[in-house]
Amino acid sequence: MIGLVVVSHSERAADGIAEVAAEMGGETHIEPVGGDGRGGIGTVPDDIEAALAAVDDGEGVVVLVDLGSAVMNAEVAIEMADTEAVVADAPVLEGAVNAAVAATSPTATLDTVRERAEAAREIDKL
Amino acid sequence: MSADGEAAVAAVERVAERLERERDYLTELDSAIGDADHGGNMARGWASAAEAVRELDDPDPATVAKATGRTLMSEVGGASGPLYGGSLVFASVELDDGLTPESAVAFAETYLEKVRDRGDASVGDQTMVDALVPLVHTFKKSIEVDGLPPVVALAKAVDAAERGAAFTVPIRARKGRASYLGWRSVGHKDPGATSTLFVAESLLETARDRLDATVAPDLDATSPTVPEEGATEG
Repeated sequence: MIGLVVVSHSERAADGIAEVAAEMGGETHIEPVGGDGRGGIGTVPDDIEAALAAVDDGEGVVVLVDLGSAVMNAEVAIEMADTEAVVADAPVLEGAVNAAVAATSPTATLDTVRERAEAAREIDKL
Repeated sequence: MSADGEAAVAAVERVAERLERERDYLTELDSAIGDADHGGNMARGWASAAEAVRELDDPDPATVAKATGRTLMSEVGGASGPLYGGSLVFASVELDDGLTPESAVAFAETYLEKVRDRGDASVGDQTMVDALVPLVHTFKKSIEVDGLPPVVALAKAVDAAERGAAFTVPIRARKGRASYLGWRSVGHKDPGATSTLFVAESLLETARDRLDATVAPDLDATSPTVPEEGATEG
């Protein structure tokens, strides 16, 4: 199964987004990562690398990110990790929900899950 | 410890000392256009890096660069963590066979490319790239085209980086948090370009110290100096 990692500058935001996505994702393994490791706002590549390893069962991982350095740190973590992983260019919450649902499909691949996450860019709210 | 390894450790320590001294200044720059954490982040990150490289057994330039990068990735927050740290780790492989003028150029170029790719920034975006591009290009040209000694090349490169950092003042930020400010970013010096300059200046100071200590300072020497025995190995 494709795993998901949710990266936010805020630990509580990451936890909350993962919680919302898990409601829709059933068995999908979702790991939240957030904060600078010292109780503040930020992201740390080592933590993202650990999360990648935690959700990877060999089929790959889609990473959802919020802003700025979350993207860079996710990329650094992917370079360091042994996991096949991609960053989805998607809004973090909507993308995580879409990806969590897509990952439950028996035919899900890294590409289909990422595409579903990125399709969240097109969601109209009004 | 090899002479180059010793110099690499000394360089990291020197950067750490400089950034500790510049902590308030960098924070002041960052408070104008960012989130006011660059000074503290850089000082903390490089202090940890200095500690980490002091603990290395028999360090060489590549392992020092790698350990520094790994530490910065963990300890420096914001975009500077992956930009400085990730790029150092990535570029460190260029020093695997030791520090030579050629490997130093390769290291600098790889570092620049990684920063540019990762941050998706170009010259004129008001980022560290504005200091880094003239720094690396001048260093490369001074060595490869002008055939200057590495320390002289680095001195010229630092001059170029200083002009690059100054160039961030009149332009508008197009990357990073400052870009949210739009035209209000005009008139401010970019903190990342400034810290990049400080790092480069510290490297130059270390290189000059080492040159003074090991070989004839032929830059402005009027009388020949005999290198100390054994001091040029490594």
